[in-house]
Amino acid sequence: MAENNPFPGENNTGHIWDDNLRELANPPPRWWMLGFWASILFVIVYTILYPSWPVGQQATPGLLGWTQIQEYEQGVAQVDAKRGPFEEQISQMTAEEIIADPGLLQYTLASAKVLFGDYCSACHGSGGQGNPGYPVLADDDWLFGGSIAKLTETITNGRKGAMTAHATILSQEEIDALAHWVVEMTEGGAGSAEGWELYTAKGCNACHGEKANGVLVELGDGEIVSVGAANLTDSIWRFEPGGFESARHTIMYGVNQPGVPETRDAVMPAFGSVAKVDDVEVRKLDDQDIKKLAIYVNQLGGGG
Amino acid sequence: MSTNPLATQTAVDDLYAEAEHWHVNTGGETIHAKRLAGRWRTIKWAAASVWLIYFLGPYVRWDGRQAVLFDIPNRQYHIFGATVLPQDFWMLSLLLLFFAILLAVATALVGRVWCGYFCFQTVWTDIYTWIEEKLEGSPPQRRKLDKAPMSLSKFRIKATKHALWLLIGFITGISFVAWFTDAPALWVNFFAGESGPVAYMTVALFTVGTYGLAGFMREQTCFWLCPYARIQGVMLDKTTIVPTYDVARGEPRGRVKRGEAGDARTGGDCVDCNQCVAVCPTGVDIRNGQQEGCITCALCIDACDQVMDKVGRPRGLIRYASLDELEGLPTKALLLRPRVWVYAAIMGVALAGILYGFSTLAAIDLKVLHERAPLYVRLSDGSIQNKYTLKILNKMPEELSVRISVTGPDGLTLVGAEEPIVAPPGGVTPAIVFVKVPKRSLDGEQHPVQFHVEAARPSGAVVEADRESVFIGPRR
Repeated sequence: MAENNPFPGENNTGHIWDDNLRELANPPPRWWMLGFWASILFVIVYTILYPSWPVGQQATPGLLGWTQIQEYEQGVAQVDAKRGPFEEQISQMTAEEIIADPGLLQYTLASAKVLFGDYCSACHGSGGQGNPGYPVLADDDWLFGGSIAKLTETITNGRKGAMTAHATILSQEEIDALAHWVVEMTEGGAGSAEGWELYTAKGCNACHGEKANGVLVELGDGEIVSVGAANLTDSIWRFEPGGFESARHTIMYGVNQPGVPETRDAVMPAFGSVAKVDDVEVRKLDDQDIKKLAIYVNQLGGGG
Repeated sequence: MSTNPLATQTAVDDLYAEAEHWHVNTGGETIHAKRLAGRWRTIKWAAASVWLIYFLGPYVRWDGRQAVLFDIPNRQYHIFGATVLPQDFWMLSLLLLFFAILLAVATALVGRVWCGYFCFQTVWTDIYTWIEEKLEGSPPQRRKLDKAPMSLSKFRIKATKHALWLLIGFITGISFVAWFTDAPALWVNFFAGESGPVAYMTVALFTVGTYGLAGFMREQTCFWLCPYARIQGVMLDKTTIVPTYDVARGEPRGRVKRGEAGDARTGGDCVDCNQCVAVCPTGVDIRNGQQEGCITCALCIDACDQVMDKVGRPRGLIRYASLDELEGLPTKALLLRPRVWVYAAIMGVALAGILYGFSTLAAIDLKVLHERAPLYVRLSDGSIQNKYTLKILNKMPEELSVRISVTGPDGLTLVGAEEPIVAPPGGVTPAIVFVKVPKRSLDGEQHPVQFHVEAARPSGAVVEADRESVFIGPRR
């Protein structure tokens, strides 16, 4: 406080700098003070109504009993209520019936897109475009069949292909001849007679079928019996990048052969399997989800 | 610093003298303007009656429904026979452009005609003060009543006035809401308590807003709140005709002396009767020249003409005139002014765009989204397949059965559109289709494809839409 206030009669606080720069004790405007007290009142009321003050590891619960998780659960319940009728319909209808209903199919595809993103896209790509070593789901080439029934089976139980490593069973010439023959057919040719002869003689038809199209028995209506062997006559390669070297590698080292380090890996896990989470048995995907995913994959572009 | 006391004194005197003219109406006192019948008064009523459309418009029916209905929940905007969907909203920007330019051109030519004759603020204020005059009497009587202590009769008069004001505010609000919902049903639902909260809030807001703005704020709104008043002020130029006091003819003003013969007056024609100020709804003195407070309602012209008739002088001491005209400069004909042509051209373009939009309002609209993951798929027979999601917007009021076709590279086949897509009215229906092209027809990565959708209306008329997209194949 300055001893002699140079600005007497003024409500300054006595704090004066640079001769005349001084702090005044003017009251704030009334509206401002009202707002100030109102906001303090608001805080008091708020902290009584809502969880606020920390007490140990907890906080005061508040009179309204509001909790974050409760609000979240209410939100989820709202969403479930909207989805309920659709889910109910899906569970009661067959996949074929669902596909025939445009509105329900739209819901199923939208719902399955999320599941596909969570469970399938890591290997098969976000749009089913596949990845090196993992089959394309958007094309019409199905090792185990593209019908709803086969897809449901594949998703539920998983798949594991198998092909013997022929590096020591066949001669190098025979391997090269078979690889060339496969490439020839992939490019649209019918395959040389010698190739077909060698193919049958070496027993490749036991898995790849009489027509080398991966089908052992045709049951009609697109249903087939296969062991998951590749169709050698179409233009799609099971293992990237395709062509002579790829074919040769597969013939020599096979698929999923134990003890053969160069062998091709081709395993799909079972999504209907049971796993223990916190001592509770849970399935990765339930029947409803698998039904939706089978429809989704079937509708990706090449389902049959 | 050298100071010349005499020079300072003169400068201050000038400032004081000028200050006399700068009486700013800050609303400290309610303006009770005198009402006089007259030519411009009649024109003002006629112009204001345009607002009857606002009140009566929602009750016009067309084809069994409200003729003009802005159906926000359903996102459909019916304007007589036409239905506009949000997709056509580019027309709204043209409409806004048209009216913005209309405001500009009108202001440039004849000043603030919007403010003086059409603005809801001035029109509603005019109605409110008309009611006030009917109930409380002439301006002096009103001032007297305002000063008088509260009595039963004063209370009765005031209560009636405020009730009428609120009623007008309420009707204004409900008329606004009526444009957005079925009007007859609104009246029923509103009083049955079954309208939505938005309807009640809007009506409440309009009631309070109208009551406050037209009843109390009045010309203060034009002075301090309205941005257009400022914008329009800068649009005037020396060729704009506005209500103007003819200074050369009027000054020096002077009161008529008793017994003085009309032709013996040596001064100007202005007899300083202040009638022009008395009738001004914003309380300005037009004799100080064009100013921000003047809304160019021309009521002062009526007042002055009547006085000129009485004192035997020609009318038009205050008249619609441009600054050029007052200064004796040549005035250009309307059609010789370039800005008239420029403004007219912009308005013409906007109007043409709106007319084009309305004449080509497509019945269906097609959007095509090409699948990106994967861009293409190689099929087992070696052909290439692309996936597309078609979004078909049906703007018709009935369900349509839409057929999809596509043209593009040789040997192309469309899969997934064998059956027509059923498109419900007023909504977007997605359809997933696949296009297959043999590899021999593809000589590069990208090929244009044209999707075409068409549907037959119940009337037999065929509606159709096209959209170009791209077919993507492997890199060679």
